Amino acid sequence: MYRNLTIKQKQIVWAWAFLALPVLFYSVIRFYPTGNAMLISFQDWNLLGTRTWTGLDNYTTLLSDPVFWQVFRNTFIYLLLGTPVSLVVAFAIAYHLDKVRFMHGFLRMLYFLPFMTSAVAMAWVWRWFYQPVPVGLFNNALASLGIPQVNFLNSTTNALPAILAPAVWAGLGFQVIIFMAGLRAIPRSYYEAARIDGVSTWTVLWEITLPLLRPTIVFLVVFSSIGFLRIFDHVFNMTTNNPGGPLNSTKPLVLMIYQTAFSSFDMGYAAAQTVVLFIVLLLVSLLQLWIMRDR
Amino acid sequence: MAVTEEIRPNADALLHAAPPRRPANMGQILRWTLLFLGGIAMVMPIAYMISTSLKWPHEVYNLQLIPDEPHLENYTYVLEDGRFYGWFINSIVIAVVTTVSNVLFDSLVGYTLCKFRFPGRYIVFIAILSTLMIPTEMLVIPWYLMSQQLGWLDTYWGIMFPGLMTAFGTFLMKQFFETVPDDFIEAARIDGLNELQIWWTVAMPLVKPALAALAIFVFLGNWTAFIWPLIVTNSVEMYTLPVGLSSFGDEADVAWELIMTGAAISTIPTLVVFLIFQRYIIQGVVMAGLKG
Repeated sequence: MYRNLTIKQKQIVWAWAFLALPVLFYSVIRFYPTGNAMLISFQDWNLLGTRTWTGLDNYTTLLSDPVFWQVFRNTFIYLLLGTPVSLVVAFAIAYHLDKVRFMHGFLRMLYFLPFMTSAVAMAWVWRWFYQPVPVGLFNNALASLGIPQVNFLNSTTNALPAILAPAVWAGLGFQVIIFMAGLRAIPRSYYEAARIDGVSTWTVLWEITLPLLRPTIVFLVVFSSIGFLRIFDHVFNMTTNNPGGPLNSTKPLVLMIYQTAFSSFDMGYAAAQTVVLFIVLLLVSLLQLWIMRDR
Repeated sequence: MAVTEEIRPNADALLHAAPPRRPANMGQILRWTLLFLGGIAMVMPIAYMISTSLKWPHEVYNLQLIPDEPHLENYTYVLEDGRFYGWFINSIVIAVVTTVSNVLFDSLVGYTLCKFRFPGRYIVFIAILSTLMIPTEMLVIPWYLMSQQLGWLDTYWGIMFPGLMTAFGTFLMKQFFETVPDDFIEAARIDGLNELQIWWTVAMPLVKPALAALAIFVFLGNWTAFIWPLIVTNSVEMYTLPVGLSSFGDEADVAWELIMTGAAISTIPTLVVFLIFQRYIIQGVVMAGLKG
């Protein structure tokens, strides 16, 4: 039978033979669970009892839950602090590293190395750094210089930036590499022309380099924004004795979802929180598409 | 990632083109020194992790980077305990299987969507692409329920099934198969190769750099994956390294040098792989970052 098919028909058979298993996978492991998550968000269910429809109850509870608003605020502080800081630092490093030839590969390796580490392992290393004297490295260093101690992880104001720091640190290498690839792609003739015209370095940076880096910058802003909105590993591991503490001051949305689902077993409420996360991430991605399109 | 500019960052430029050599002046020397100091600061956390794992308890809390008498007692202690050894094996198995699965399936799907013309092609492409918008965190609850019903909790399969194929990898491979000329495939067809053979023997060897990039990303992602293994595993024997390390660190009275040893055990393998294949990894990261 197969022999009698035209080349075009044979291609169709092959294509669907290749796609059969993947299509099944995406349907069962991606699409069905997505629908299921949305469904559960309208139900009340504690894993053991029956699932009952509650309409929008989970969402109205969420909106009147002060912890949720605290968590929502924290999540956006991670984003609004993490993204600009990491991008500015990464650009500064890439901009200068691009102009250096001596031991260039070695320097690049130093900056990239943290990207290859595991977030959990490094969260524990930084957690140790942050301990009070006589344990923590930072406070020991401060003490040896005669500077007063800093309370890092037990303070409601310092804990969030302290947890953010290793997350920024680990992602920096990736951003530096992407920025350098972007910088190298700008034709040298632009710079030559600017130099002949006697334009200052500062003007070159603002009028040539940054505008031409726009696609790279947009990509990195979206990529790191999504990363910070989904922060979990660092927070969980640096605050295991009281996840998201002290007093929920470091708790991001994903940690709240984890606790609601797998500590309180309130599946419906947790599913509603995941839908909120989904909507936030979707808005960020759409914003990217919109920014990229207007040109 | 849609790049609308004609000026596209590209991986090859990063590795080959270098700025013209200028005579060293004070500015250049200052720039180099600052970059060097910054780079040293970047690797300090890793250096202190390794150094502490080689220290005796009494010297853990001093600021010295080089231990007075470096020793491997912490490693023998942690590994003799047996748990880390098992977690290490679990992590290896899971990372290797998911990597192989992604390299095979993502490239097969990417290839099919790129090189075949068939009804439903566009819909399949858009459907797979749209899963990129769905965060893993939204799926963990349904996955958990599914695993519970099907008896997948606390098994290797349960840990790895969500990551066996990824839309990111499929899209990446599709982009790279665009660079394979259709003539090559036509020629192979005339030579009588079937479509599976064409994919495997003609197309795949031409996208090796992309396959390497994909493999690196998938391996690293699964090696360091935390939230799903944390949810799906119950028994200590089934933990992966990150989950194991997290529970180990949380135990009462565990000394910091032992936690640092555990952290080093879960970090050193990827660092060693990076130092060996540095060039390919950086190139791969740029390719995956910009095309994926």
